[in-house]
Amino acid sequence: MNAFAMLTESWRAIIANRMRSFLTMLGMIIGVAAVVLMLAVGQGAQSAIDETISSMGSNLFIVLSGATTSGGQRMGLGTAPTLTMNDAAALAELPNITAAAPVQPGTAATVYAGNNWSTSITGITPDYLQVRNWVVASGFAFTDADVRGAARVALVGKTVADNLFGDENPVGKTMRIKQSPFTVVGVLEAKGQSLDGRDQDDVVLVPVTTAQRKLFGSQFPGSVRFIMVQANSAEAMPGVEKEMNTLLRSRHRIAEDADADFSVRNLSAMAEASASATRIMSYVLGAIASISLIVGGIGIMNIMLVSVTERTREIGIRIAIGARHRDILLQFLLEAVTISLIGCLIGVGLGIGGAWAVQKFAGFPVLVTPDITLLAFSVAAGVGIFFGFYPARRAALMNPIDALRYQ
Amino acid sequence: MGNVIEVTQLGKDYATAAGAFVALKSVNLTIAQGEFVAIMGPSGSGKSTFMNLLGCLDYPSRGEYKLDGENVSLLSSDALAALRNRVIGFVFQGFNLLPRLNARDNVALPMLYRGAGSGERKQHADEMLAKVGLAGLGERRPNQLSGGQQQRVAIARALANSPQLILADEPTGNLDSHTSDEVMGLFTELNHSGITVVLVTHESDIAKYAKRLVRFKDGEMIYDGKPEEGL
Repeated sequence: MNAFAMLTESWRAIIANRMRSFLTMLGMIIGVAAVVLMLAVGQGAQSAIDETISSMGSNLFIVLSGATTSGGQRMGLGTAPTLTMNDAAALAELPNITAAAPVQPGTAATVYAGNNWSTSITGITPDYLQVRNWVVASGFAFTDADVRGAARVALVGKTVADNLFGDENPVGKTMRIKQSPFTVVGVLEAKGQSLDGRDQDDVVLVPVTTAQRKLFGSQFPGSVRFIMVQANSAEAMPGVEKEMNTLLRSRHRIAEDADADFSVRNLSAMAEASASATRIMSYVLGAIASISLIVGGIGIMNIMLVSVTERTREIGIRIAIGARHRDILLQFLLEAVTISLIGCLIGVGLGIGGAWAVQKFAGFPVLVTPDITLLAFSVAAGVGIFFGFYPARRAALMNPIDALRYQ
Repeated sequence: MGNVIEVTQLGKDYATAAGAFVALKSVNLTIAQGEFVAIMGPSGSGKSTFMNLLGCLDYPSRGEYKLDGENVSLLSSDALAALRNRVIGFVFQGFNLLPRLNARDNVALPMLYRGAGSGERKQHADEMLAKVGLAGLGERRPNQLSGGQQQRVAIARALANSPQLILADEPTGNLDSHTSDEVMGLFTELNHSGITVVLVTHESDIAKYAKRLVRFKDGEMIYDGKPEEGL
């Protein structure tokens, strides 16, 4: 008996019991739609996280200066001026380090024409852009020469550009930061939110030297709040962390058993943790949805068992006139698989439609990949075979004499 | 002509709660190609058991059964299915047509299991329907046909793979006497064309159509001869 003829036989049986077949399918439809939708939401969340992480930069350390104590109150990391530009230069010389960017942040009001906007002003070197994976969308980045000369130049983030300059092109314009005029040399590409929800584009970047000397005057010239360090690979990070600690302790002349006046944090590890939390969430969603697939499979098994019993006589006739075990087994198995595949097809359609609706109306990021669809399909076929096999086997092993006598 | 059926000391036991029940004791019977045999006997006489064995639907407990020269006891159930498909055409009392399929597809079913292509199945099924006098009714479902017509469809199905042997179990049990005569006429015609016919009946009128009568009682064969003398 050829495959096509067998499919026709199975299809006839499905059509003969339309309502029942549809209700059986419904279990699969709901299950597959749930799996596709949940995985789409999970993948969407994950790709959003991945994007945020790559906007932060990869293989990153942040070296914070130590805490000050003022009148018994400890002021928190980054308040003591223990890190310097020279520390950054020394760190950059270590092996496996791509760049070490000293950063001196502050907050100030900016003014252009009639607009004013209070934002964070970050003093950096050009290395910072590389470390953060940040691209200048229009204009140019300032150079190391601008840093040496403490030039009054600025790169503005997208949010600042929008609020201060409106429709104008900021490049070449003069803005005021703390009353002093700065020339805008470039606009940064939008990065969106950071992991903790801050707007990364609400920033003005200026040369670190300019920030130190001309904006946020300090009694400790050359000190920086923190240094961002990029290792050249994820594998090198533990070694790099150790070497940085050793180097800085010796530069700061800290005794073996004393507390360091700085602290090194692995940013990528934190990001990785939040990415894996998202991954786990998407697995959990998928797992919960798969339960409904299993329930759908049991529905198929249930109906197939009823159907086999109901058609005992038919099975008897088929065996008597020459159907082999294999013919009967395949006939009923194909019936189960056809039901589950059609259910799966409709379910995938509903799932994709649902994902689209979630994105459109709930504003959730979703992502439907071919993998998800393929996975849902193979799972559905598997469910059909798994739950269809027992009833089909029962049909194939029937005794023709008893089956023919069955009323 | 050769023997289609050779039965030697054939017996069948069934296990019951009260112990083994001997349904068929020890039967010897040979049926040659082209014979027309009626099997009679009261219920419980073993005739149905014997028919099931002849139809290769069951394995004997004792003895030997050769169908078309093949020893049935030695064949696997799939090989038996293939043998049934090729050598035997079944006609049942309750017609046993598949209600979902139309007459043509019912007739084509044995060809499907033989592996025939769809064009051949359709053409040959229509030929068979014409042969039993149902030309043009191929699209009808069983419930759109009369009892006599349904039994004709069943006979057409039995003929689908050009079998050597037709086994009919009370083929006229559900039919009125006029239709019974028509159906028996059809069997006689088929027998004249060379097909061996074995039928089980409890009506003497039907048994008269046969050329040979076999009677069963209490699991034993008690008569084998001409119908006129055995009735």
